[in-house]
Amino acid sequence: MADQQTYNYKVVRQFSIMTLVWAIVGMTVGVLIAAQLAWPALNFDIPWLTFGRLRPLHTNAVIFGFGGSALFATSYYVVQRTCHVRLLSDTLAAATFWGWQLIIVLAALTLPLGLTQSKEYAELIWPIDVLITVVWVIYALVFFGTIMKRRVRHIYVANWFFGAYIITVAILHIFNSAAVPTSFLHSYSAYAGVQDAMVQWWYGHNAVGFFLTAGFLGMMYYFVPKQANRPVYSYRLSVVHFWALIFTYIWAGPHHLHYTALPDWTQSLGMIMSLILLAPSWGGMINGIMTLSGAWEKLRTDPVLRLLIVSISFYGMSTFEGPMMAIKTVNALSHYTDWTIGHVHSGALGWVALVSMGSMYYLIPRLFNRELYSLKLVEAHFWTATIGIVLYISSMWVAGIMQGLMWRATNGDGTLTYSFVESVQAMHPYYIVRFMGGVFFLLGSIVMAWNIWKTIAGAKPATATIPAPAAAH
Amino acid sequence: MDVSIVQSVWTLVVLVLFVGIVIWAWSGKRKQEFDEAANIPFDEDDKPTATTSKENSHG
Repeated sequence: MADQQTYNYKVVRQFSIMTLVWAIVGMTVGVLIAAQLAWPALNFDIPWLTFGRLRPLHTNAVIFGFGGSALFATSYYVVQRTCHVRLLSDTLAAATFWGWQLIIVLAALTLPLGLTQSKEYAELIWPIDVLITVVWVIYALVFFGTIMKRRVRHIYVANWFFGAYIITVAILHIFNSAAVPTSFLHSYSAYAGVQDAMVQWWYGHNAVGFFLTAGFLGMMYYFVPKQANRPVYSYRLSVVHFWALIFTYIWAGPHHLHYTALPDWTQSLGMIMSLILLAPSWGGMINGIMTLSGAWEKLRTDPVLRLLIVSISFYGMSTFEGPMMAIKTVNALSHYTDWTIGHVHSGALGWVALVSMGSMYYLIPRLFNRELYSLKLVEAHFWTATIGIVLYISSMWVAGIMQGLMWRATNGDGTLTYSFVESVQAMHPYYIVRFMGGVFFLLGSIVMAWNIWKTIAGAKPATATIPAPAAAH
Repeated sequence: MDVSIVQSVWTLVVLVLFVGIVIWAWSGKRKQEFDEAANIPFDEDDKPTATTSKENSHG
């Protein structure tokens, strides 16, 4: 079959384009709800536009729409390129594309209507959860089926990370979404009380660890070496990085439940495992950044590479901040404050979004056989995005620490120094700065979308021939 | 058997397994295999300039 001599670029192209579409949609909603926190009148007293309904829409659109599409695109591209075979099945791959887009559209319809399971990052109601399960099983079939028919003996490390993310997300999703339906639109969780909370944060933290980290590390291990045009700094470190991350991440969830009804020992275990997690995280960060060792001057001339390397730096920063915040005494100050929101965004904007965008700048020109329209615009994107992130996270640091201090301040007679509403009032200027940070980041993404549009407008889809089996492997 | 014994043994098994992986990865015998593996992404050229004669614009 002639088809079997080329890679399946079509599904990669589709997911790449949707990566940009969902980025703009999700970030626009994010900017709107950031504005609502500064100026509450912006919900216009319309239920569908209230913060409580739009916030999960924002997180679902950026995590599963933008991040998810980027993961599908890059994993399908990398697994073909490093295994020297076409995807297992074009039909099944197409099914994952249309199925996944349907899920995001359904999320965008149900969440503003107030239909939710009320579990963070797992808000979608049970019929959509069933659909996610079906699409995910097909995804696993396509990915692992492609690995099984590979023509390269060794499975490249990026595929290990993609594989771990696919398997773990399947397990997390099935256990956390287990529910007893009461109607087509409503269900009760299969768990009760603190067990329900623990299952939720076992899911929630590993959604960060596997959906938002392992998969994107897969991107790092392929696209950073390719863009830098040199192999990864240490392949043996990448092997140890992989297993260390797998062994430790799964235990860190309890740090979301410090000082709750969760047993003390479970909280302490979660804290210890979160601290241990610093080692594999930084091992991976060093491996990514040191890939440039001896070629640092490329950072001056190549804005795409700079985007990728800065993303790894933010990864290092937020994976240092995370374990610190998991320490119980620090958490006593930081929990329930905006510091957490700042931490999440240093990871989500700094690491996840930038590494995806850097990978897209590499990938999309190759999918359409066109040079990138403008490196100047990439440069502009890099600076607007970086300024946006810095505004966002520094305002949230100040806001969060101030909130924590105000909430715990007591007078000599033991009464609280500040009422809650005083702490809300004190947040106003920082919420405006955060909103501006979001606007900057969104502007950067629009610049990117424009640049990509100019790159691919009128271009013919590229086809790439699979090389003949090499004797060396 | 008591479930906590199973859990303790499992913790030890996983630790030994991990130490084993570290030793395995750093053994000298793996060096050449890993060097080859690290170069898998460079097995083929995939510059987006297949139709033009321009070169070296993507580093």
